[in-house]
Amino acid sequence: MAGVSAEPRQVDLREPAGWRRTKNRLATWLMVLSFVLVIIPLGFVLVTVIAKGASSINWAFLTGGPVPPVVAPAGVGGLGPAVLGTIEITAVATVMAVPLGVLAAIYLSEYGGRNWLAAFIGFLADVMTGVPSIIMGLFIFTIWVLHFGLSGFAGSLALGCLMLPIVIRSSYEILRLVPNSLREGSYALGATKSRVTVTVVLPAAIGGIVSGVLLAVARAAGETAPLLFCIGAAETANANVFSGADTALPLQIFSNASQPYVGAAERGWGAALTLIAICFILMIAARLVTARFARYSH
Amino acid sequence: MENPEQNTLAGLEAIPESATRQNVALPEPAAIAEGERAAQPAAGTGVPIFEVNGTSIYYGSFRAVTNVSLTIYEHQITAFIGPSGCGKTTVLRTLNRMNDLVVGARVEGDVSYRGENLYARNVSAIAVRRRIGMVFQKPNPFPKSIYDNVAYGPRINGIRNKSELNEIVERSLRQAALWDEVKNRLGNSALGLSGGQAQRLCIARTLAVEPDVVLMDEPASALDPIATGAIEDLMKEIKDKYTIVIVTHNMQQATRVSDRTAFFSVLINPESDTRTGTLVEYAPTERLFGDPQDDRTKAYVTGRMG
Repeated sequence: MAGVSAEPRQVDLREPAGWRRTKNRLATWLMVLSFVLVIIPLGFVLVTVIAKGASSINWAFLTGGPVPPVVAPAGVGGLGPAVLGTIEITAVATVMAVPLGVLAAIYLSEYGGRNWLAAFIGFLADVMTGVPSIIMGLFIFTIWVLHFGLSGFAGSLALGCLMLPIVIRSSYEILRLVPNSLREGSYALGATKSRVTVTVVLPAAIGGIVSGVLLAVARAAGETAPLLFCIGAAETANANVFSGADTALPLQIFSNASQPYVGAAERGWGAALTLIAICFILMIAARLVTARFARYSH
Repeated sequence: MENPEQNTLAGLEAIPESATRQNVALPEPAAIAEGERAAQPAAGTGVPIFEVNGTSIYYGSFRAVTNVSLTIYEHQITAFIGPSGCGKTTVLRTLNRMNDLVVGARVEGDVSYRGENLYARNVSAIAVRRRIGMVFQKPNPFPKSIYDNVAYGPRINGIRNKSELNEIVERSLRQAALWDEVKNRLGNSALGLSGGQAQRLCIARTLAVEPDVVLMDEPASALDPIATGAIEDLMKEIKDKYTIVIVTHNMQQATRVSDRTAFFSVLINPESDTRTGTLVEYAPTERLFGDPQDDRTKAYVTGRMG
């Protein structure tokens, strides 16, 4: 037999050339290309905003009183009321929409089952996600502003309506991802449904829920259209969120950027950078909070 | 809710924690010497815990299990064996009303626990599961610390006292033969444990609420032989305090640990092409394996089927 020879048999472990290898490489390059294409607009926006806005950011700009957008010179006027307004209005909207949205998601996921009410709420939430933000503004304008006048709170209501479906949808999806075996483990120890939900399901899902909430907050903080109807665009500081016209960063961007003056454009870029920075800080804060909640999950 | 069945509820709800153990002191018929037991496989064997009588279980319109009757005795390990799809897990999950969680699941016939009808309208599934714990096929530790996993059951039952909890956690982990491996890292995530450790943690978690009965659904099917051995030893050690019902695919395991074995099989109706699980034979383990009465049991235990 030939096998008697002590010569070890050569094996070729290199990847064979051919259509399979070509396909593999093609797919890899397509993915790299898509990634680059996605990064270009994102990077472009970020770089432009930083390049044009960074020069106007200083303490006086962030806290000072605004000037009307028609004031021409650069370097005067600030964003104090708008920063305050954005933080207040978004915070009030979050306080209203997040508990409601998360509770609705818990109902849909844990309690609703095949019940018609759950199906109906889920359907409404989906429809609401698709409603343009300006419609939300008009809605609040009709039911609130016409009766009680412009106020930061009216803006919060509009933003809350906008956040609600996003919070419901994202929290629901995360809650569905919690493995059923965890629920059963808890039930098998004699836990009631509410116990199972509060002590096992929510802690397991909290990271994802916070991420979803954050997306909703960031989305709301950047909305302009609903605020136009609801809070007006005051040019003076108004710390009272519940009455009187107010202002917010997106409105400052809008009113400044629509003017032809150099100063206004500069203030607009500054406001844009400030808004991005606020969202960025929020993201980091939420990540830190989530990491603390999720310390046992891996 | 003025209904006459109220008394049965009170009966189950009001069993004081200690009273569930009151039968421990009864003379154990199982104390008959090992050799004699094979020769004397008489039916009567102590206090009946579960009496299942003419029970069929449905998922929607699908009849998963048909006409099962068996009695499970206190301080014994009862094994359910049989091929896949024969309904052993379904029957097991009926014993602590876990099947209530499955939409469309329905039980017909009698299932009683210590003489109380488990499916009476006013029996609370929560109270039932508090006394009848369950260990699942796949280890399912909560994403919490090892300590919090074991303390979970006592906590939901209202124990807040720190030193009492410490005591329960240590005792349960010792019972589950896990204490020495984890005593220095009780604060670590339970998800960092190996498969065998995680399963023993789940057993400790179940024992921490001091149940009357522990149901085990293939507890060792995902484990290596050493971890399996540890869990089998553990079952034998704790059976004088608990009653254990175990579903297993592994016939050697059934012969190693169980006192009584129930063999389930699948009935196929060729006309409607439907399958349903049924109990074929239920006997003391040595007799079921040594002298099976039914041909299907004989075929299964000698390896000619399934």
